[in-house]
Amino acid sequence: MIEKSRLQIPRPTARPGDEPDFSYLDLSPAGAVDKPPIGSRTRNVEFLSSGLVRVLDDNHDAVGPWDPGLDPTQLQVALRWMMLNRAFDERMWQIQRQGRISFYMQALGEEAISIAQGMALRAGDMCFPSYRNQGLYMFRGMKLIDMMCQCLSNTKDMCQGRQLPVMYHSKEGNVFSISGNLATQVPHAVGWAMASAIKGEDHIAATWLGDGSTAEADFHHALTFAAVYQAPVILNVVNNQWAISSFQGTAGGQRRPFAARGLGLGIPGIRVDGNDFLAIYAATLWAADHARRGHGPTLIEHVTYRGGAHSTSDDPTKYRPRDEWDSFPLGDPVERLKQHLIKEGHWSDDKHGRLEKELKEEVQAAWKEAQKYGTMTEGPWLDPATMFEDVYAEMPQHLESQRRRLLEILAED
Amino acid sequence: MAQMNMIEAIRSAHDVMMKKDSTVVVLGEDVGYFGGVFRCTDGLQRKYGEHRVIDTPIAEGGIVAAAIGMGVNGLRPVAEIQFADYIYPGFDQIVSELARLRYRSCGDFFSPVTIRTPCGGGIRGGQTHSQSPEGIFTHISGIKTVMPSNPYDAKGLLIAAIESDDPVVFFEPKRIYNGPFDGDPDKPGVSWASHPKGEVPEGYYTVPLGSAEVAVPGEELTIITYGTMVHVSIAAAQATGVDAEVIDVRTMAPLDVQTLADSVKKTGRCLIAHEATRFGGYGAELAATIQKECFYHLEAPIRRVAGWDTPYPHAFEWQYFPGLKRVSASIRRVMEAE
Repeated sequence: MIEKSRLQIPRPTARPGDEPDFSYLDLSPAGAVDKPPIGSRTRNVEFLSSGLVRVLDDNHDAVGPWDPGLDPTQLQVALRWMMLNRAFDERMWQIQRQGRISFYMQALGEEAISIAQGMALRAGDMCFPSYRNQGLYMFRGMKLIDMMCQCLSNTKDMCQGRQLPVMYHSKEGNVFSISGNLATQVPHAVGWAMASAIKGEDHIAATWLGDGSTAEADFHHALTFAAVYQAPVILNVVNNQWAISSFQGTAGGQRRPFAARGLGLGIPGIRVDGNDFLAIYAATLWAADHARRGHGPTLIEHVTYRGGAHSTSDDPTKYRPRDEWDSFPLGDPVERLKQHLIKEGHWSDDKHGRLEKELKEEVQAAWKEAQKYGTMTEGPWLDPATMFEDVYAEMPQHLESQRRRLLEILAED
Repeated sequence: MAQMNMIEAIRSAHDVMMKKDSTVVVLGEDVGYFGGVFRCTDGLQRKYGEHRVIDTPIAEGGIVAAAIGMGVNGLRPVAEIQFADYIYPGFDQIVSELARLRYRSCGDFFSPVTIRTPCGGGIRGGQTHSQSPEGIFTHISGIKTVMPSNPYDAKGLLIAAIESDDPVVFFEPKRIYNGPFDGDPDKPGVSWASHPKGEVPEGYYTVPLGSAEVAVPGEELTIITYGTMVHVSIAAAQATGVDAEVIDVRTMAPLDVQTLADSVKKTGRCLIAHEATRFGGYGAELAATIQKECFYHLEAPIRRVAGWDTPYPHAFEWQYFPGLKRVSASIRRVMEAE
């Protein structure tokens, strides 16, 4: 019996030097969670937020009601995108370590989320990503070289040197601009979705944020607005267990799953195996149909693990066990899809190895090309006077005069 | 032409734009069924429907953010923040998102949101219903900041703001919603009916953003001001018998430097008047600008008259407000200086 109030300080189950311990994760066996019909009332689907929707079982078979029944070619395409995402990240990480870009963030271990959701959504659906959704940009048509040029802030940079590396945007691909401030994009997605409904269109919006960012007010504004207006939007919480050094309990993940955050507002939540391509695809399709048919928002929690450091500026060995990912019970998303395809007879280790090599070469070729547009040490260079553009639709007088002043100063050198 | 007070003029601007452009939507707390606590959106929901005039949850951050998302999806949202004092929960969305979106995406994405918000004191609102936070917003590159001082400008500027592809924060000095105010609370209220700027066209017109106006011409002193203080300044000039030129800034950012500088070069003396607190305030930017542009024409130091650097005290509103007495005293000091 508690006799006086005490703060409960949330602590992860393991710190450096400890044995990794994922006993806190509630897992359901693959195929164990029912798939309710689209448009079910939230109170009848509450079980989706506490269970774990999984399709791929430990024997690499696809089982249960959520199996989306994708054909092998589609799965091979998916695997290729996930592997490209990983190959790209691996190379960009090295490039940062060599001091050739200032900063990088990888999606290691979370690749299935961007790719499965990219595939389950329609091209006209608008994505409001976080900084670990590079796979979405790739899937929606952004070329590797353009992503690299953004990271280099060179003359081909889509952001003209205004944004940190990885903060891409793609108007053509319907993928929004990444902010850098956390969770701000989540209520934008809701507003976008509201506008879609106001205009009578059937496009939906989807957005992503991390477990840590759910503590931001913006997430709660988004939930409230989405629930109040039944906006056609999918809110994705990527629970990769770690927000830099803060484990998911620091954002309140120990009490109830993040998938349950919307229940009080009547938003159905689906807790999904975030390393299971098939489960993510199926859950997303369910949520997208739900939204498109006028039943409103869905919150999806993806249970995954941040396989690498938060960013190139981070050292996770300082706050979590070095080998923690090896013990993560949901494994590695690339490996799981690969093994499934092999088991079904549509893939092999040999093919996988060759594809890995091919993708590595593709990435390297893009890097070689990207550097032609400028690097941190070699030109060509962006014109610094462009910094005054796009502050407003038309340049006001005071910016015009500051621009002229900068040009004078530069001319003196 | 019709006689309108500022509330009617603002409502008319909404009406004109909602009729003209089906992408214009209005959202905010109490703006729909009820028509707004100050009645600025009264009747719009009945006319344009619940999908275009939207009552929102009480979450200013959510209002601004949802408006941004709507703007990205091709709508032209007009968001009301019920009091300028309530705008702070939406501040990050305004500063980090709304103001930056065009810049960070090199023009690929932008959101043409207008945020309307009543500001200023003189209505017994105390510290949480009387603030003038315009200087916080003029400091943010990427947004335009506007404050009209009369019904004609309010409608024309609001239409220009809604049509602008840039985000605009539109401050409405609520003390002068119903009539001009000369700074003396003991005098009976005056309506806009007897004021030339209470004559407002019923249809479409704009007052361009980024242009100041000479509210009253004069030769001896330039008073640079905006909002409620335009009327206080005019009254103070009359009371002191000084032939002052009163400039209504109207758009605080981007600033119409030319109109201000031309006037001060002519008069050689400059007083800056605003209701907001003085320290680090917008008046400091005006003073620095005038100093740079007009230094060799100045016959006296530039002075500022502003709200005291305290929160807005409920019981001492008229001691706080830079009213007739304080502005008159400041005018005399600028005129006496050699």
